[in-house]
Amino acid sequence: MTGTNIPAPTPESSSHPRPSPDALPIPPADIDLSCRIPVLFLFASALVWLFLSSVLVWITSLKLFSPELLSNSPWLTFGRLQPAYLNALVYGFGTQAALGAALWLLARLGQTTLYGSVLITTAGALWNLGVTVGIAGIMAGDSTGHEWLEIPRYASPFLFVSYSLIGICAIMTFYFRRQRELYVSQWFLLAALLWFPWSYSTAQLLLVFFPARGIVQAVIDSWFAHNLIEFWLTAVGLAALFYFIPKLLDRPLYSRWLACFGFWLFVLLGGWGGLWIGAPVPRWLAAVSALASMMMILPVMAAALNFYFTLNGQSTILKKSSSGRFILFAAMAYVIGGVLSSMTTLRPLNQMVRFTQFTTALLHLNLLGFFAMAMLGSIYYIVPRLTLQNWASEKLVQAHFWASALGIALYTISLGIGGLVQGAALNDPNVPFLNVVSRTLPFLTASSVAMCVLLAGNAALLINLAWTLARCCRTCCQSDCILGTDLRPLSAGATR
Amino acid sequence: MNHGPLLFLGVFFAMAASWCGLVLAPQMQLGRQGAVPAKGSQLYPSPRPGLANQGKEVYRANGCYYCHSQQIVPRTVGADIERGWGQRYSVAQDYLVDRPVMLGHLRIGPDLANIGLRRPDDETRTNFVWHLKHLYNPRATSPGSIMPSYPFLFETRPLTRGKRSEDALELTGQLAPESGFEIVPRLETKALVAYLFSLRAETSLFESPIPAPTSAAGDTNAAPAAGTNAPASASTNAPRK
Repeated sequence: MTGTNIPAPTPESSSHPRPSPDALPIPPADIDLSCRIPVLFLFASALVWLFLSSVLVWITSLKLFSPELLSNSPWLTFGRLQPAYLNALVYGFGTQAALGAALWLLARLGQTTLYGSVLITTAGALWNLGVTVGIAGIMAGDSTGHEWLEIPRYASPFLFVSYSLIGICAIMTFYFRRQRELYVSQWFLLAALLWFPWSYSTAQLLLVFFPARGIVQAVIDSWFAHNLIEFWLTAVGLAALFYFIPKLLDRPLYSRWLACFGFWLFVLLGGWGGLWIGAPVPRWLAAVSALASMMMILPVMAAALNFYFTLNGQSTILKKSSSGRFILFAAMAYVIGGVLSSMTTLRPLNQMVRFTQFTTALLHLNLLGFFAMAMLGSIYYIVPRLTLQNWASEKLVQAHFWASALGIALYTISLGIGGLVQGAALNDPNVPFLNVVSRTLPFLTASSVAMCVLLAGNAALLINLAWTLARCCRTCCQSDCILGTDLRPLSAGATR
Repeated sequence: MNHGPLLFLGVFFAMAASWCGLVLAPQMQLGRQGAVPAKGSQLYPSPRPGLANQGKEVYRANGCYYCHSQQIVPRTVGADIERGWGQRYSVAQDYLVDRPVMLGHLRIGPDLANIGLRRPDDETRTNFVWHLKHLYNPRATSPGSIMPSYPFLFETRPLTRGKRSEDALELTGQLAPESGFEIVPRLETKALVAYLFSLRAETSLFESPIPAPTSAAGDTNAAPAAGTNAPASASTNAPRK
């Protein structure tokens, strides 16, 4: 399959006003200037949502062992806070951080200015409106009942329209690129940008607006949920890793061909997972899905080898840079999470972890450990280039990294072991259910501590960002510029 | 890999394949599935009665499915059937009238696919009262439970002419209301219990037959008070030997 996509020597015969390759290169500072307002807006809103989501998840984790907590309000009951948290994390933080990073990467890699800055900022505001209304709707009890797609039908069209506008701008930025040669990150970004609107509209139409009958809903929902993580969040996270690891090391990627091999396997296999053997669906579906999930170890290993040989024992360089640490953590979490995800399709482990907190741990290893850390690493790298300011406090950066790393590690390890204990007890019919519950309680308590640490870290990041943005605004006012149009003399020195 | 259009086409076809396999094909295979004859002249599954259907909305709105799954896995995969959570494993047919289908993928609480068989609606309304009490405060019926309390599904109101109404909860100790007051379920709560009663897969299906009853099946989770909980007696459609 990879063979069909090796570049064929087709002549570029285009009548579009695309820049010719030998036009004068645009300095990176100008590219960053064009990204300034939209990308900073997306990042800032993403980080507010990250903070809100960590407040929500901390409350839900407390509720798991103190069930009377805040039980008087229907808005704050566990079954509403849980989806509110995941939607804040995935749509509030995840999607906006991914879009911000994707736009910046596409502009930088294409060596072109961002297309439609004003449109992107407006659409970003619309996105935030949609997510806010959606999460309020979930907490008011209007959830659709489909996991990962809970945002009610009166809010989801906002999201779709907003995404489409930003997606078009991203594709146009890609199209008008001056550097015609494509880098690995751009493959992943293009796939992610195409996949999200397709699957989101399919799932919305077939689940919410014109629902399919019976179990088909559950199949479509699991298709959507699995791919939202694989093709949207993971793909953008991988794009960031493939960009930042070589960039921070100042060294080329080990092998483009290995990356190509991994990319096509990822695209071919990534869309098939999500259903487990024994689920109430036709057996062929579950079997195909399990096989694809098992084979996903191949693209994971391809990426792992590429990162490993690119690093070539020089990981200390990454550890010294603030964004490098996040990126390194994300790369390790990706590999561990990917291997574990493949292993859970193997029968003995699958029986053990099904329906348990182990799946929650694995989900968070991928969502927080890999994706969120990759995005945070990108944010730590990109924001200084957009604001022309260093991060206001280096100590807060340190604090945030250690809080995130410890929080995520403690959370996944405690819930992972707790899940195995829970699974062993569930599979023994002689253990009464309430004993299964009591055996998991210590692990649930530990996970709540972990979430508290994570919350503190995210608060540190939010303070740091607000501080940095305030400094940036102050500099801006002093130099009498509006929207950064006159920052060129300043930016020349600040771009490292 | 330097040509945008080629990359686009490759990605498009890979994603189209996944869409065909996991969206289109299941719809072609199962989208026209219909109800099958059950005992008497009934069909399985038949649409839920109005109150139970309303209760399904309460179940959805409060996100019960984040802790309670509604799927029984085969014996080869898990111990659900040994636990007495169901007489047979769940298949596509069981979800035909559900909108939305709330399978659930975590078991922070027990599976509810057959809660209507394990705690059936009975003449004495023992299980109706049990459910209400359990929803008001799960610790009142199941000590050690980590399920949240749902006081907002109930109303605390003064006694009318000094008499308790029929529905009022009998609570003791700390949970008891102040004197002169009573705690009664809201309509939505009664609907939710009606929905729970409607969760029962007792029709033997070709693709998932109910095995002949064995004496070993017992509900490890059920309270000992309710003798009606034993699932074996309800298997009217099981192939008899």
